Amino acid sequence: MEIISFLNLVFVNPLVEIFSYPIFFAEVVISGLLTGVMYSLVALGFVLIFKASGVFNFAQGAMVLFAALNLVGFIEQGFPIWLALLLTIIVMIILAFLIERFMLRHLINQEDIILFMATIGLTFLLQGFGETLWGSNVKPLDLGIPNQSFEVAGLLLNEFDLFAAGSGAILVGVLAVFFHYTRIGRALRAVADDHQAAMAVGIPLKTIWIIVWSVAGFVGLVAGIMWGAKSGVQFSLSLIALKALPVLILGGFTSVPGAIVGGLIIGVGEKIAEIYWRPLVGGAIENWFAYVLALAFLLFRPQGLFGERIIERV
Amino acid sequence: MLYRETGQFKISYAADQSVFPIAQDRWFVSLIIVIAIFVIPVLASEYLLQAVMIPLLIFSLAAIGLNLLVGYAGQLSLGTGGFMAVGAYMTYKLTTAFPDINIIIVFLLAGLIAAFVGLIFGIPSLRIKGFYLAVATLASQFFLLWMFNKVAWFYNYNSSGTITAPPREMFGVVITGPMASAETRYLVTLFIVIIFAFIAKNLVRGRLGRSWMAVRDMDIAAEIIGIRPFQTKLIAFAVSSFYCGLAGAMMVFLWLGSAETEAFSINESFNVLFMIIIGGLGSILGSFLGATFIVGLPIFLTNAPQLVGLSMPIDMQKHIEIMMFGSLIIFFLIVEPHGLARLLQILKEKLRLWPFPY
Repeated sequence: MEIISFLNLVFVNPLVEIFSYPIFFAEVVISGLLTGVMYSLVALGFVLIFKASGVFNFAQGAMVLFAALNLVGFIEQGFPIWLALLLTIIVMIILAFLIERFMLRHLINQEDIILFMATIGLTFLLQGFGETLWGSNVKPLDLGIPNQSFEVAGLLLNEFDLFAAGSGAILVGVLAVFFHYTRIGRALRAVADDHQAAMAVGIPLKTIWIIVWSVAGFVGLVAGIMWGAKSGVQFSLSLIALKALPVLILGGFTSVPGAIVGGLIIGVGEKIAEIYWRPLVGGAIENWFAYVLALAFLLFRPQGLFGERIIERV
Repeated sequence: MLYRETGQFKISYAADQSVFPIAQDRWFVSLIIVIAIFVIPVLASEYLLQAVMIPLLIFSLAAIGLNLLVGYAGQLSLGTGGFMAVGAYMTYKLTTAFPDINIIIVFLLAGLIAAFVGLIFGIPSLRIKGFYLAVATLASQFFLLWMFNKVAWFYNYNSSGTITAPPREMFGVVITGPMASAETRYLVTLFIVIIFAFIAKNLVRGRLGRSWMAVRDMDIAAEIIGIRPFQTKLIAFAVSSFYCGLAGAMMVFLWLGSAETEAFSINESFNVLFMIIIGGLGSILGSFLGATFIVGLPIFLTNAPQLVGLSMPIDMQKHIEIMMFGSLIIFFLIVEPHGLARLLQILKEKLRLWPFPY
């Protein structure tokens, strides 16, 4: 009996629910997609830095927090929003410069794991610094983005989520153009392919790194605005790095489209599992479900969906 | 002059292959063990034992476990906290179900269960490598903690969801629970750590350790010379998880007294990883040095402002502490990326030649 009810919970009930209320299912999928865009935004910062410098930058989450803290801090100081944004961008560029000057430059040619650990150290540093500067209480971030739901063809949609998805799409578009058609973008791709060859043709590695970390800081700022407006700017913002990691391994560390598609898959998968398979596992699965989903994909494609093919030679 | 092996002739293979072939090393290690057993429990205060020595030893054991996996077998893992939780929760289940079994045996059984869990989560390591594997091991971290939080069976359906160490005796002395004195708990911890550090040291010198290192350095080449990478990696995961599980069990039963899943969070995993990186990857001694550094640093940072006579608000101090911790880690990685063990090695080489420069 128990087995039958278990199988029911796994295979029958969720599917029955899905097919009997298709509109609700569509709503779940769409809200999953919109959450997925938010994950992608964070994952994007990881991918940019990993592509250009081979550093697995665990501090991306802390950079999101740091950017959002600065923005809110400047707004609280009475600056208008556009000026606060500008100032935050300048702060992130200075940060990128400092990171290159005092950290990366001294760690050239070290093993990956050393660089990874250094970025974890950087995570602590940024969290501590941001909170020393601006305090650790939860700050609301209100940018005047409307947060109302409306109906389109029987589907309930949220304006804010659409706004977030839209700005995510614009950001990705701009980045794609930047990477493909500008001089700096081409230099970035060259560095990503081969550090030494890039240096040999005269690309200044250090400048490139500053640019990449600034761009990652900017992406972090966008993610920080979206997440901050949604849930307030606070310490837990830096933990969304942990949500972006499964997106990364699913999409592949080196692929910008991978980060987007991975984010969407994780977002939708998580929402569906949360809603339809809840009776089976009893909720609070958002911490690990994404990881297991990504792991399942990895078993078939060890380099992620869009990652570069791993070629090994003896 | 002090550290020179001239004149120490080996007359048997056994002597030549001993763990510490140089007499000075042998004396030094014996001296430290003697001090740890006889001097520290007598001289150290309750606070020093509870806040410094016991966690230091327990984290050393966890660091040895992770070092076997990361430093020797080359499989980056971020799931340490999860495996430690398995050890702790399984010890709790076993010792409440069978109160008559000696607690040390329960520790070992819980370690074996942790090893089995590690084996399962090690399976992806055949196909996935590097950072992909590291992130994949996070799955074990989050899944295991969620499970211990959600399934009430693991904490015997009590309302608070915490596991508490019940009093257990050995040779008529209470060694766990609130009644046990810090000295007893310290000594039990010390003996377990010494024994397992010795086992680990011998593991990595033997056939198994060599095959781990071969897989770490280049797994395809290792496969070609006849090492089975899958088995080797899985054994590494199992042994490492055994050590971590044992450390987790000791953490709750010999140090904290009671714990929730929070005690085994991802921060714990990162801390243990810091220990082996700062101590030195692929070094048993390094695990101890790294644990000393990471356990000692926060205590030092908390007390440092008072020593210089500075006073500031608590939360401000907390933030500055985190900042200092982060920047010291970065600084250390820049100055000596190969860890404290490497520094010690350099020191030894210098001492060997002293007073001549080369």
